[in-house]
Amino acid sequence: MKDFKGKTLSWTLADDVVELELHRPPCNELGSATLEELESFASAIEGAGEAVRAVIVYSSLKPGFCAGADLRELYARTQEMDKAAALAGVREFLERIHLVLNALDAAPVVTIAAVHGVCFGGGLELALACDLVIADKMARFCFPELRLGLIPGFGGIPRLKRDLGNGVVRAILLTGRSINATKASAAGLVSQLAAEGEALRIARSTAAQIRKFDRATTIAAKKFMKPIPYAELRQEIEIFCELFTRPAVMEGLRKFVESTDALPYLP
Amino acid sequence: MRTLEQTTEEILNLAATHFKVPREKLSADDDFFKKLGIDSLQALEMLTRLESHFGIELPDYEMQGVTDFRTLASRIQSRL
Repeated sequence: MKDFKGKTLSWTLADDVVELELHRPPCNELGSATLEELESFASAIEGAGEAVRAVIVYSSLKPGFCAGADLRELYARTQEMDKAAALAGVREFLERIHLVLNALDAAPVVTIAAVHGVCFGGGLELALACDLVIADKMARFCFPELRLGLIPGFGGIPRLKRDLGNGVVRAILLTGRSINATKASAAGLVSQLAAEGEALRIARSTAAQIRKFDRATTIAAKKFMKPIPYAELRQEIEIFCELFTRPAVMEGLRKFVESTDALPYLP
Repeated sequence: MRTLEQTTEEILNLAATHFKVPREKLSADDDFFKKLGIDSLQALEMLTRLESHFGIELPDYEMQGVTDFRTLASRIQSRL
């Protein structure tokens, strides 16, 4: 698997561990450019075979792991189209990102998200597609989508339900609040807490441990204990598209994009 | 148990230390966004440090409309 240097992300392979670095300012917002490069990544991992045992996904940007979907791009593009075309565009994006995250979720390698700072919306969905989340103590996790009249659309709800108790899922989703890494660890979302700035180092040490075990056994164990909720993931796309046609969504997006509020990320 | 004044003082000390602003330049009724020169992401960082320092959870929606240290202290106080 060759190393890759892209506009939004890059990856390197060393000692059968791939490190996927997210580096699109300001905070790795997931738009069409990132999606395209993530698709290349998913394809590269598929073709890598036994050359890769583990993947670490991390951000090299100070604000955090990923602030979510690129709402500015989404708003700008929907303004240029009629409703039907906008919805078709949204559906296409969702289908594509689901394919990528499903591939990551099911990949025959152990995947680790090394999280610092903001891990919101689509960023949290990316982390949830990984097998392990290692977070530094300053990380915060959030699904703010209800503020925009939407639900998480990149597979977040089925994956969150898979991993956490329903009460915690409801508390996070229905209030749109962010939770700190300590609470996320107590809830079972984060498998290890790191000191500030140390998540990547601990992810590397965890990957080194994982690669000691027999590859086939690891893949079999992962497949057995980590079901992919395909039916619910499909259902999530349908619900998202249905909600997207409502006027409240455009209004929510417009408010976010035009906001001069000191706290636009807050509910 | 801390009084509101103690809580306020601890917040001001934390803010001064973390955002490298002289403590004497901060007062309870200051707008912390303007005084500390922080953006929304740094505000979330401050929220995390406050939660850790006081051993509480402070949902973000409790911060809505809160811009001064004294009001922030009262939000925290109600969770101690």
